Amino acid sequence: MDENQLAGYADKNQLPPPSERIPAIRWLKQNLFSSWFNAILTIVSTALIMTIVFGLLRWALEARWEVIPANLKLLLVGTYPVEYLWRVWAVVYLVAFLLGFSSGAHGGLMRRVSTTAALVSVVLAVLPFPWGTRGWLLGIAVAAAAGFGLGYLGKGIRWCKRLEIASWILSFPISLIFLNGVGGILPVIKGRTMWGFMLNLIGAVVGIGLSFPVGVLLALGRRSKLRAIRLVCTAYIEIIRGVPLISLLFMASIMLQLLLPASVRPDLLIRAMLTITAFSAAYMAENVRGGLQAIPQGQYEAAYAVGLNKALTTILIILPQALRIVIPAIVGQFIALFMDTTLFGFIAILELLNITRSIMGNLEWRGTIFELYVFIGVVFWILCYSMSYVSRRIEKTLGVGER
Amino acid sequence: MINNEGIIIYRDVHKWYGDFHVLRGITFTMQKGEVVVICGPSGSGKSTCIRTINRLEEHQRGEIIVDGIELTNDLRNIEAIRREVGIVFQQFNLFPHLTALQNVSLAPFWVLKMRKSKAEEVAMKLLERVGIPEQAQKYPAQLSGGQQQRVAIARALAMTPKIMLFDEPTSALDPEMIKEVLDVMKNLARSGMTMIVVTHEMGFAREVADRIIFFDYGQLVEENTPEEFFHNPKHDRTKLFLSQILDY
Repeated sequence: MDENQLAGYADKNQLPPPSERIPAIRWLKQNLFSSWFNAILTIVSTALIMTIVFGLLRWALEARWEVIPANLKLLLVGTYPVEYLWRVWAVVYLVAFLLGFSSGAHGGLMRRVSTTAALVSVVLAVLPFPWGTRGWLLGIAVAAAAGFGLGYLGKGIRWCKRLEIASWILSFPISLIFLNGVGGILPVIKGRTMWGFMLNLIGAVVGIGLSFPVGVLLALGRRSKLRAIRLVCTAYIEIIRGVPLISLLFMASIMLQLLLPASVRPDLLIRAMLTITAFSAAYMAENVRGGLQAIPQGQYEAAYAVGLNKALTTILIILPQALRIVIPAIVGQFIALFMDTTLFGFIAILELLNITRSIMGNLEWRGTIFELYVFIGVVFWILCYSMSYVSRRIEKTLGVGER
Repeated sequence: MINNEGIIIYRDVHKWYGDFHVLRGITFTMQKGEVVVICGPSGSGKSTCIRTINRLEEHQRGEIIVDGIELTNDLRNIEAIRREVGIVFQQFNLFPHLTALQNVSLAPFWVLKMRKSKAEEVAMKLLERVGIPEQAQKYPAQLSGGQQQRVAIARALAMTPKIMLFDEPTSALDPEMIKEVLDVMKNLARSGMTMIVVTHEMGFAREVADRIIFFDYGQLVEENTPEEFFHNPKHDRTKLFLSQILDY
């Protein structure tokens, strides 16, 4: 039998799949009006949904939304002095630039994220902000575009990739120092426990950046063959997971106050950030451990058999696979951590949630409680949804070689 | 330490899994360039036996000497031996997050400290040798079982081992793919590689093996040339085994 004959045999008898489209009326009948009882349920629930939606719409049209633009600066950066706001913008530009750079160098997901960021900044600039603010907003798009150009030019150059990774890592401490100021060079800004939403962002970034590596180490430690290490890691994880975050935060804010003299005590914000990191790391460790346990023994054997030692096996073979499996759980943990930063409000830190209370306390804005909470909800939703979107994309991209 | 008695020497090797006595005093010697096939019923300890050679399993009594190095708990010895012994597994155990080429070039780069371009060149040559250079950029999940097993063979060869172990390399394959893997192994044997193969492929054993070892209950029941093994087995247990697998 020759090739053509074989191919003909394979193509013959091949049928298209049956159509699965259902007409709209039949769909309604099947799903919503299949019996008298279902028909009544459908009508009642439609009426209920309409009432709620119209009620919300009426409220939304009458609400005093002007409370948000009037207090926007307070909500976003709290008491950060206006004359130093350029530092906040500079940090935003740095991030936009790096995003642009990465997107120029790699494309794909990075390009999507940076394009979205740039588009959002342009759209915001069209809104009726003061002219100065519009200028700053447009700067984001410019920074992203500049980064994109450089990244595109540098694509393929070997040191360019190293530079990129190094600048991403360095950008975190640099941003923090820049916002805070350093004695002698940049004036240090007072009252850093009152920076509004910026504190939620800083808390989340620091918490995520530190709790991830610590969590991975804890997970590896809990599976270590050395008993002492295993015991310490297990004890740490189980103790932290048994205590609510809010009580840990109270401990960090009040008990340390009693136990440590002021000279050696880190300030409240740092204590809060370390606490949330320590808390999140324990959960992170359990997520990562779940991934580690999913790796078959054969992977270790194959790695040892080609001569890799334990450290290289862990770094090159086991962790990349284990972390990929638990991306959804890890991102869930990141999102939870971000939202948990609102608990800072309970230990007298003026983050977004707490600072709205001071606005509500202002006579001029009495009764704007819903408007402010809706705003908070929308801000958190946008950022959390972006995180989960990015995680889904990463999963998809990394899924290429999955069994 | 150096001796000319053989490249692999087993002297009265014992191993237990808990209370279960898996290896009950194995003694044999292999010469350089020899191809030995180990067969026997499942659970007889043949896989465990070859996995003690590169210390994926620990033996508890007796001694194993591989290329003049005795296997002890000394990590340096274990790593030295693992560099000289390649193994191919029943379940392939390729690294699923790396391409075929990366699977093969990984060890030369990280263990032998080759330059990246050099390691990839070596890997590409090996993929050509096992007949699948066109699959280099694919991930294991995109390859057929036979192709995966050939990548696994290339991966083991990348460390330029002196000894190759095969642990039932065709047992997880579809019938149509067994031949392509056996062909690669046959060529390897002809090139003078020292090989131990645990397999049920009696045709392969008859054609390629210098010696066949028959295992049962953790003991070495019979050791024979293929000719004698199939036509004139010494032991009754061997006869029973052969009648069961050949007379179908």
